[in-house]
Amino acid sequence: MASYQDYLLHLADNALILGQRNAEWCGHGPILEEDLALANNSLDLIGQARMLYQHVAAVRKDGKTSEDLLAYFRDVPDFKNYTLLELPHSTAILPTARGDRDYAVTIARNFLYSGLMVQVWAALAASTDTHLAAIASKSLKESQYHLRHAHDWVLRLGDGTDESHRRIQAAFDYLMPFTQEFWTASDMEAAAVKTGAGVDVRVFRPEWEALVSDTLQAATLKVSSSTGFVTTGKHGVHSEHLGFVLAEMQSLARSHPEAVW
Amino acid sequence: MKSPSSLQEASLPVLPVGPLAQSETSQEHHAIWELLETVTDPEIPVVNLREMGILRAVRQGLQGLEVVITPTYSGCPAMGQMEDDVTEALARAGVAARVITQLAPAWSTDWMTPEGRKKLRAYGIAPPVKNACTAAGSERVIAFAARKGLGQADSVPCPQCNSENTTEISHFGSTACKALYRCLSCMEPFDYFKPY
Repeated sequence: MASYQDYLLHLADNALILGQRNAEWCGHGPILEEDLALANNSLDLIGQARMLYQHVAAVRKDGKTSEDLLAYFRDVPDFKNYTLLELPHSTAILPTARGDRDYAVTIARNFLYSGLMVQVWAALAASTDTHLAAIASKSLKESQYHLRHAHDWVLRLGDGTDESHRRIQAAFDYLMPFTQEFWTASDMEAAAVKTGAGVDVRVFRPEWEALVSDTLQAATLKVSSSTGFVTTGKHGVHSEHLGFVLAEMQSLARSHPEAVW
Repeated sequence: MKSPSSLQEASLPVLPVGPLAQSETSQEHHAIWELLETVTDPEIPVVNLREMGILRAVRQGLQGLEVVITPTYSGCPAMGQMEDDVTEALARAGVAARVITQLAPAWSTDWMTPEGRKKLRAYGIAPPVKNACTAAGSERVIAFAARKGLGQADSVPCPQCNSENTTEISHFGSTACKALYRCLSCMEPFDYFKPY
């Protein structure tokens, strides 16, 4: 039975997993400024995840749940993030080397996700859960800058060289089908909407699609098709990639449980 | 040093801070505000937490005195340090008070005091030039992000030479709260504290 807590975990897991993915660029950014930008973007996302996990722990009040337990001691089926956010930074289905990382995929994904989240956070700022509303008001300000950053790069890559145009187009072609998952129904979202604490993400679809098509057109790109298999990450059924993300992210905490600096 | 009421008026335009009932309490609170004047932002040591709008209130809670601070960016690594610094300053002065981190209302660069802005500028960081977008309408949010209409880029005067002929190099500078700019008149790069 899905509960409101699952909805909070869904929001938190989205932020944590994308934050972890984007942090892979730390020290490997294509240019110094972008290295810094992605590190800051990750800090914001991980900060948002922390506030949400702390909120879940406070709601549960079982004396056991903590932000660390939720981030580091849950396994793949417990995570409720969109599959889109766990994919490697590559259009290849199975990237085999770090060199397969493609910044165009990073930018396209950040654009697709932050374009949704600026609307979600803006609406959640009026949530009946006043603590979630407070987190949303902060996160909104950060997502705005993430969207602005990604938006500028979509234009720059699309309207740039033949190579950058080809790669950002391929990135959108690859990622767009994963965005179908945004609009699928789930029990946890229905439960959250019912209490007035959550929002029905489907109401944002027209504005999100307008943002995507306006931006891609301005970037001289074709709006990619978003049909095909609908992923199910938010239901806990993930791609093969999430396990690798968690293995890296959780290994330290699991090797040294309750270690402190 | 300003009186506690004017300190609060200057730094707390948004929070509803009720009038203090007893003058004794008021004096004690005043002393804490003064004491915390020395606690600076760990990343920007020229401004203190009050000038940054991070120090929100000193109040009488159910379990004694409370000092309320609010986080800036969600993932700002300096927040833990600030909390420790406030706790330490209170302990050093022998003041028994709890430090409380409060999320709502969300911190805004609009809460930076005029003196704080002046100090940032003198330090070489351009302060935020316009009020942060507080309206939560998603249309406005998207316009900002896509630099359309109201979201068009700010003109940020150079903190070195005052020229408005400046350009953004990168949205994100040395910390999440700053963007990297360059002055096209004096050619110096500088940090810009983004409206939040």
